[in-house]
Amino acid sequence: MNSDQLKKNEPAKSTGKNSRRDFMRKLGLIGAAATTGAVASGFTSQRTPEEEYVKVMTSDNKLVEIPKSQVKEVKLDTEALQSRGRLGIAGKRWVMVIDLAKCRNARECIKGCQEHHHLHPYQYHINTLVMQDNPQSAPYNMPKPCMHCDNPPCVSVCPVDATFKRQDGIVLIDNERCIGCRFCMAACPYSVRVFNWEEPFQAQLYEAQPMEYDVEANIPQKKGTITKCLFSADCLRGGDLPTCVRSCPNEVFYFGDENENAVTNGTTRETVVLSELLEKNAGYRLMEELGTKPRVYYLPPKDRVFEAPEKPDHHS
Amino acid sequence: MSEHNIKINKEKLDKIAEDVLKPVGFNNAYINWMLFLTVALMACIYAYVIQYREGLIVTGMRDMVSWGMYIANFVFFVATALVGMLISGVIGLLGYTWIKPITRIAEMIAVAFAAVAGLVIVSDMGRPERLHHVFLYGRVQSPILWDVTVVTTYLVISTLLYMLPLIPDLAIARGRMKNAPQWMLKLYKILSFNWTHHPKQYQLLFKATRLLIILVIPTAFAIHTVTSWLLAVNSRSGWDSTIFGPYFLTGAFVTGMGAVIIAVFFFRNNYKLRSYLDEPLFDKMGKLLEFVCVVYFYFNLNEFVVPAYKMKEFDAIHIHELFLGKHALMFWFCQICGLIVPMIVLLWKPFRKPVPLFVISLFVLVGAWFKRYIIVIPTMEHPFLPVQNLPNEWVVYQPTVIESAVTIGSIIMGIMIISVLAKLFPVIPIWEMAEEDEETKSKII
Ligand code: SF4
Ligand code: SF4
Repeated sequence: MNSDQLKKNEPAKSTGKNSRRDFMRKLGLIGAAATTGAVASGFTSQRTPEEEYVKVMTSDNKLVEIPKSQVKEVKLDTEALQSRGRLGIAGKRWVMVIDLAKCRNARECIKGCQEHHHLHPYQYHINTLVMQDNPQSAPYNMPKPCMHCDNPPCVSVCPVDATFKRQDGIVLIDNERCIGCRFCMAACPYSVRVFNWEEPFQAQLYEAQPMEYDVEANIPQKKGTITKCLFSADCLRGGDLPTCVRSCPNEVFYFGDENENAVTNGTTRETVVLSELLEKNAGYRLMEELGTKPRVYYLPPKDRVFEAPEKPDHHS
Repeated sequence: MSEHNIKINKEKLDKIAEDVLKPVGFNNAYINWMLFLTVALMACIYAYVIQYREGLIVTGMRDMVSWGMYIANFVFFVATALVGMLISGVIGLLGYTWIKPITRIAEMIAVAFAAVAGLVIVSDMGRPERLHHVFLYGRVQSPILWDVTVVTTYLVISTLLYMLPLIPDLAIARGRMKNAPQWMLKLYKILSFNWTHHPKQYQLLFKATRLLIILVIPTAFAIHTVTSWLLAVNSRSGWDSTIFGPYFLTGAFVTGMGAVIIAVFFFRNNYKLRSYLDEPLFDKMGKLLEFVCVVYFYFNLNEFVVPAYKMKEFDAIHIHELFLGKHALMFWFCQICGLIVPMIVLLWKPFRKPVPLFVISLFVLVGAWFKRYIIVIPTMEHPFLPVQNLPNEWVVYQPTVIESAVTIGSIIMGIMIISVLAKLFPVIPIWEMAEEDEETKSKII
């Protein structure tokens, strides 16, 4: 495969009339629901006992079987990643639960996230704040990712549809589209949006090895565009938990699918029933009164496992 | 209305044409002035080039205060541009004729400021080269789209309102300006569209102008209301207000009046047009400024007293910052020197004489600029959730030199447009002034 083909994202043309390769390409590229139908009819008829078959998951989460010899890793180009990224993963409604009683401000989530998304040390997709609800109550640590609001003000105000809501609940950014007007930053009540005021942290790396823009990880970052927490949409597509959830050493994060009513703790890997977890612990969402309908729940910091942090510095 | 037949007094016309056309054309002083502006503008453009290359990091804006001086300046420009609508639209439609000599000056300001407002917004963009995305992928839900639409519409209508009444004047000027350079006469010829002063032509002109001044009113209301919504649609304290539309609109009238009085004062003295831009005219403008100040004061009262009475948590922080905190000096300067004092002193006739009125207008205009700053920045400094783990200089907004230079550049550009228009074309509508006592404006209506 030469570089030209790589760029165009096409596998080497096979000499035979092998349409399956072509098919694989489409599978990777589009992964639309319609193509899976073709798998069922097109491939089962040709099944031969000698050939070894493998199960693969299409990008829209359908399990299909194909001959092992036909498996070929397809590199997706920016456009394919974008169209796939805009759709999201069908049938999922991602939610996060953050247990404030357990957060010791280890800041491992922040580290993992900054590395994953190539952020400057001062840029936070997730930031742990010291909160104090009123002068009498003790301060506690509160990790703050994007709330992936179901009624996201940031999406409403974006003039070019550069930030959008997917069917699986995730709010993403397309930094190939973003014009850098920062209206979304003004609109987000949780102040979670981050701007690339200067060249991105990994600018040199990007120059040395150009890479396709992956909207689900928002890398490479681009000067003059927005970035923010993405629930590690790229990890989710790979069947993994988000980076912050996996990085936490203190069992703070649960992550899962609201449709399945199950969330998994990133540290213990224990899966629990979402509704029970919220019910038992009086889970709540931030600034409910604004009507943004966040997809991130907090469990109140009662029976803490840590000592209260110092009183917060409000910069005022 | 269209029954109106124009009767122009020949003698009067000769006199007016002579006086008004005398300052037209480029003399040495003007060329020096423009050279000075050009050099200054070059420096400002260089500042922008740096910003374009390095990114918005060269400004004082950061993740917390992500809108700064540029947006404040944009709001100021849009506000000032509204004066065209106030003068020709509202006051003209009400049938007042004293505005005749200043309509063109007001439109000049409207065109210049509306045109530059667009550029100001582009200077705030992180990716200005993607401006076309707004047209390619525009989403109607976003107030930015509404803003782009109405600002463009307003610019077009204002330009037409400036150009149309100019047609007969250019035809008049063409015959009289014997010493003017060839290209200028040619330009006049093109822009006067073979005007022959036929009554039919005048009737057509009246009709067109009337339509435009009716159209300009809703457009102008829309432009500033939508601009206020850029802020008011966000839930942050200080912007989360239901009266932002009228509050901005009335503020714009004050700003625009300030600008137009300054310009009229300048032309009166430098263009030796004292007999047209006379004291009674200043008295009238003073009264109009008084009126719009009172209305604006009323909206200010509502905007600040009501939240200050309730003192809801985040409103309290905001109000405290404005009244006593680090923005207090600016806030009280705007309110007292830019609004309350002018409102009081303008009640007395001596303050409505040209020189005092000019000084008052300067305060009003400067106050108006800082008022926009006060509206945009303090709100951004106090988000709902605490700001932590950021370098301190990322939290407190301080405009940088580059940012200020780019802002000054936009003001220079506005002044340049006005300067060019004022030297290229007569600043007072000759034919309207020369008209037999009948009241043109009311006839148009
Ligand atoms: S938290 Fe802010 S950025 Fe995230 S979806 Fe809600 S409004 Fe948008
Ligand atoms: S900064 Fe980018 S993502 Fe945010 S509103 Fe503007 S164009 Fe949309």
